[in-house]
Amino acid sequence: MKILVCISKTPDTTAKIAFIEGNTKFDESGVQWIINPYDEWYALVRAIELKEKDPATIIHLVTVGGVDAELIIRKALALGGDEAIRIDSTSNDSFTIAHQIAEVAKEGAYDLILTGKETIDYNSACIGSMLSALLDFPFVSLADHFELNGNTATVKREIESGEETCEVNLPLIVSCQKGMAEQRIPNMRGIMAARTKPLKVVAPMATLATTSISQFDLPPAKSGVKLIDPENMDALVKLLKEEAKVI
Amino acid sequence: MVLVYIDQADQQIKKASLEALSYGAALAKQLGCQAEALVFGTIKDNLADLGKNGAQKVHQLKNETLNSLDVKVHSSLIANAAKNLNATVVVFAHNINGRAIAPAVAVKLNAGIVTGTCSLPNTENGFAVKKTVFSGKAFANINIETPIKVISINQNSFGLVAYNNAASIEEINLPIPPASIKIIKVEKIEGEIPLTEANLVVSGGRGLKGPENWGMLLDLAKALGAATACSRPVSDADWRPHHEHVGQTGIQIAPNLYIAIGISGAIQHLAGVNRSKTIVVINKDPEAPFFKAADYGVVGDAFEIVPKLTAAVLKAKAAN
Repeated sequence: MKILVCISKTPDTTAKIAFIEGNTKFDESGVQWIINPYDEWYALVRAIELKEKDPATIIHLVTVGGVDAELIIRKALALGGDEAIRIDSTSNDSFTIAHQIAEVAKEGAYDLILTGKETIDYNSACIGSMLSALLDFPFVSLADHFELNGNTATVKREIESGEETCEVNLPLIVSCQKGMAEQRIPNMRGIMAARTKPLKVVAPMATLATTSISQFDLPPAKSGVKLIDPENMDALVKLLKEEAKVI
Repeated sequence: MVLVYIDQADQQIKKASLEALSYGAALAKQLGCQAEALVFGTIKDNLADLGKNGAQKVHQLKNETLNSLDVKVHSSLIANAAKNLNATVVVFAHNINGRAIAPAVAVKLNAGIVTGTCSLPNTENGFAVKKTVFSGKAFANINIETPIKVISINQNSFGLVAYNNAASIEEINLPIPPASIKIIKVEKIEGEIPLTEANLVVSGGRGLKGPENWGMLLDLAKALGAATACSRPVSDADWRPHHEHVGQTGIQIAPNLYIAIGISGAIQHLAGVNRSKTIVVINKDPEAPFFKAADYGVVGDAFEIVPKLTAAVLKAKAAN
């Protein structure tokens, strides 16, 4: 059983979001970087749980990023996983990123590819679905439970009207969300072991980007809160009806 | 031609798809072409009604195996239909199914994709699509540089537009690939307004002190006809189900009205709700950061204020 977990580097959830160079670039000064929470808490930890059940399981981590992504991938290795691959590209075009990961995936002949449901920076939620098209694997999105029985996976996923449990044969791609696994903290042994785990750097394959970011904007600031007397809720209802026109 | 994929759940067309269709029709007008709808499965709704949301033609692949989502099957059929119909833009709702399918369709069409847009693209000089990034804390303007484009639209960001089209329905025939997944169990959440579709949302945080105190919040939601939500600590403590958690790591919503009760307004929570049109914050701490993001604020004890607000809502409704 070989699992590939896709890991992305994202700004910490409390990071101040600002832009530089005429709003064309994200301001990285003072930003703390973390493993994208969905990749870490749900995809990676579920992979580690599967390996704890079946120690013959091999877990590889893949990230697409520059040298600065290595800190994040080492953090991920401290949680678990056998080795990591960094594809040396700083592209933020999902199509390009998915193509790079697909090349690594083809070479590694993985049975299972796990991603987070989306990254918290670009929120594109594209990679799992794109990999499914590029590799011709089935794809189950927004999964919150995953069990393996031989060559068949039982996956519970979110649907518009509730939840659905399905059976899928490997190889398979799953995007993971809350419920999939319990959050963990790396221990000292893991952190020490991560230092010597193999981290392979591969050159990106040539692909043409299909999109480019021209500019970022910040949402307009709120004009200020109107405080209502807590004894006069009729006034609030009136404002919601007549001023905001929302009820 | 702008092709809009019309999603379904339980053989019924979802509001998010009607909104995507309204968006597609406005985009088609901007590009000087037609908007057409693509529907899979056996649908109980009257498909000709899609004209009222902007479709000039409806293409239906009527096969009951397509009623539940299989990304491999759906994405290849949508890509094939888009090719056969010479679509230049394919539009999806950025809902559960649209998120799962659209990127795979983009790959199959060699198309650039932007997911989660919130407004019509700027097509004066290229094709620039605005999308929310950093979980709603900012927007990015993204140029799609391929001849065919795929876009998915955030729920509640465009609204429904009434059209007066008489949409003709044409059945299409495409070979259906073998299923890649087998559904063995479905658990439906009955009787609740889905959060992502709700126009009005009432949400509670740690300030409510415990799950036993949710009654007054449910009463307010019922009086308004609102869906209910909660902050992360509340769902982590299992006071409320996980699917109600809104915020950066929960779901992101953009209702017309968001009422936050006993929620301090941490940046991660704001990220999930700051696209709401109107925000009301009820909190006993006047320094709660949420007041800075609110339109209306009430400083005081939620346990006294919420029942009064419910009574005021019911009184106003009765007066109508």
